[in-house]
Amino acid sequence: MKELSLNILDIAQNSVSAEAKNISILLEETESGRLTLTITDDGKGMSPEMVQSVTDPFCTTRTTRRVGMGIPLLKLASEQTGGCLSIVSVPKETDPIGCGTTVRATFDTTSIDFTPLGDVVDTLVVLIQGHPEIDYLFLHSTPAGTVKLDTKELRSILGEEISLGEFEILDWIRGSLEEQYQALKK
Amino acid sequence: MKTLAELEAIRERMKGKVAVREANDNTIRIVVGMATCGIAAGARPVLNAIAEEVSKQGLSETVTVTQTGCIGLCQYEPIVEVYQQGKEKVTYVKMDSEKAKKVIEDHIKGGKVVNDYTIGAYNPNL
Repeated sequence: MKELSLNILDIAQNSVSAEAKNISILLEETESGRLTLTITDDGKGMSPEMVQSVTDPFCTTRTTRRVGMGIPLLKLASEQTGGCLSIVSVPKETDPIGCGTTVRATFDTTSIDFTPLGDVVDTLVVLIQGHPEIDYLFLHSTPAGTVKLDTKELRSILGEEISLGEFEILDWIRGSLEEQYQALKK
Repeated sequence: MKTLAELEAIRERMKGKVAVREANDNTIRIVVGMATCGIAAGARPVLNAIAEEVSKQGLSETVTVTQTGCIGLCQYEPIVEVYQQGKEKVTYVKMDSEKAKKVIEDHIKGGKVVNDYTIGAYNPNL
């Protein structure tokens, strides 16, 4: 993947496939150049055996093809900077209320092998466009400040009948995020 | 500034429109492959270009843009499929945002399939 934001889009699609109602995407950057990406969903989760096998592309069978190369590619992006990837998952069968998956990857952004984050705004807009019924929480905290998008907030204003996937709404979301990123640069 | 007040204004403007669209079932469906293969090949800007162009050209009431998983032709990604009632499905392959704009202009708006971008142009056996 050319940008880390593309990995984020790809991993978040797994949450969509897992029938998540809420997906949160957190990016935390420290002064020292450490970046932590955490994607959490409340989908149907995975069994411990499945969690074991998703990081290995060659373990993937056809029935689990939806997971495929996504996780191995994120793992590679993280490990090549000296970071690591972890997955914690609670399957629906074990806990129908608390089920879900958390994928966390760390990166050393000062590493020469760090994949640039790229266009996170584009990723969020595409996610919401594809699955406007899901609620997304996005938080990107940097030493210069924080960028935030909480679709629950938007939904409370828009009401039931207007989908987040309407182009005008997506355009507003894009504008809002871009403005927040601009403010960080000042 | 993108304020929440602005969002409220959009809501008021859109209230009537949503109902109109639901009543119309003569729609064109554009589907973009968004699995790992599609994303890695550049499907994200293609999808955004299509969504933007559909809105800009005022086609939102008759055209829906959706995403799908792996279509099974990973080497031809980014793939865009066009479904229209009573017509054969059109599969566009190796797309980029410029090609996407042309497809919206010529095919979706003008009704003329852009043959050069279809899978048949790349591999007549498929």
